[in-house]
Amino acid sequence: MSEVRFTDQHEWVRLEGDEATIGITRHAAEQLGDVVFVELPQAGRKVGAGGEAAVVESVKAASEVYAPVGGEVTASNSALETEPAKVNEDPEGAGWFFKLKLSDKAEFAKLMDEAAYREFVKGL
Amino acid sequence: MTPFWRTRDSILRDLMADTTEILKQTPLHALHLELGGKMVPFAGYAMAVQYPAGVLKEHLHTREKAGLFDVSHMGQAFLSGADPARALESVTPADIQGIADGMQRYGLLLNDQGGIKDDFMTTRLAGEAALYLVVNAAMKDADFAYIGARLKDQATLAPAPTRALLALQGPLAADVLERYSPGISQLSFMQAKRAKVADAPAIVSRTGYTGEDGFEISIDGKDAERIARALLAEAEVLPIGLGARDSLRLEAGLCLYGHDMDESVDPVEANLTWSLGKRRKEARDFPGAERICLHLLNGAGKKRVGLRPEGRAPAREGTAITDKAGKVVGHVTSGGFGPSLNAPLAMGYVEREFAANGTKLDLLVRGKALGAEVVPMPFVPNRYKRAKK
Repeated sequence: MSEVRFTDQHEWVRLEGDEATIGITRHAAEQLGDVVFVELPQAGRKVGAGGEAAVVESVKAASEVYAPVGGEVTASNSALETEPAKVNEDPEGAGWFFKLKLSDKAEFAKLMDEAAYREFVKGL
Repeated sequence: MTPFWRTRDSILRDLMADTTEILKQTPLHALHLELGGKMVPFAGYAMAVQYPAGVLKEHLHTREKAGLFDVSHMGQAFLSGADPARALESVTPADIQGIADGMQRYGLLLNDQGGIKDDFMTTRLAGEAALYLVVNAAMKDADFAYIGARLKDQATLAPAPTRALLALQGPLAADVLERYSPGISQLSFMQAKRAKVADAPAIVSRTGYTGEDGFEISIDGKDAERIARALLAEAEVLPIGLGARDSLRLEAGLCLYGHDMDESVDPVEANLTWSLGKRRKEARDFPGAERICLHLLNGAGKKRVGLRPEGRAPAREGTAITDKAGKVVGHVTSGGFGPSLNAPLAMGYVEREFAANGTKLDLLVRGKALGAEVVPMPFVPNRYKRAKK
């Protein structure tokens, strides 16, 4: 059983147990354009909610990816280092960025659900 | 993540400064919207930064086939008078008097200290007394005021704000344009002439800003949409936005004014000494000649160079450049990812002792030293159709 939440910084978080998988939304990937480089956090690194965790660069721009929830990084999607275009092809699936062990479930609960996020994007 | 419109990109950052003003539109505005262009403010105009194909595909398509760019925001003007070429030489070190009939030439507009106010193109159309000028969009009002004031007793500058400018670039550009302007492919690189394009009167030059073969087509604004639609209907042609225009010119090693040069640097520092006329260097009769000639003789303290970062991380504008001991020796002025190079690339200014090709340096990207090497430009070989000697 997994649940997906979204941030106003256009990240998604999928929670399974206490493991959170994080990536950027389809809207964000479309806005960024063709992704050419991704810098990912090392396993073991501790990040706070809202802290800089990764970097995504498109042909056009560089952009930080913030950790929507705090915790300890358990894995990163090293496939993106050789195939950054996966972020555009499947941003909310194979284009995930990193996983972390969530330290506070309340942080997750505060984020937008899918309907609220879609509504938020419509208003931009 | 940081939304796209708040990222560190150089073009986009410029754009943000403009968002409160009322944006001007080129004659192709409705067509850009119809084509799905993502419109952004640039130099006071609403311009398409990309179309649905995206920057990467637009870039590669231009290098493989042909791309159509709307550059109608650029400043076009005619300079007339008893001897407009001689008059224009009072603000540029280019050999304007030496431009042959039917030729175009690149030049730098200088202030009295030899600082670069802009770069521009001058064309001498066969049989015409007036010179045809094209300057950068963001600088056109300032340039026209400066040229007008400095030349006021010798020449008259008439801006042509109702003209549109299209660029058709890429290896198949000549095949395509030939269908609408028979004989046009006989022009060589840097040649220009008045011609009919789809029956409309045009000034066509074999130039561009991509490193590819191609043309710039100046037409009346009222003809622009019809001609653009005709060219876009050709199977080889895609519309190309400002995003790919920037990555194409960077791979070609070409400067973007306000980034790779401005009034704080002179032509020697900007590594554009090739644009100084031989006769002009001997006569030393241009603004800032004392400083520039001293730099020509002894070298300048810093120089614009090309850089190839190791790995795949782009180093963007503003990135500090250090020597291998960590001392800052310069800054990146344009940087990004080159789709044709399939690698990051940058240009920037470094202190003279670090400017030689092959010099190993570091780029400070997000606090980490990233190895880089000084390399010759262009990064991607240009493919101009030069006249056979």
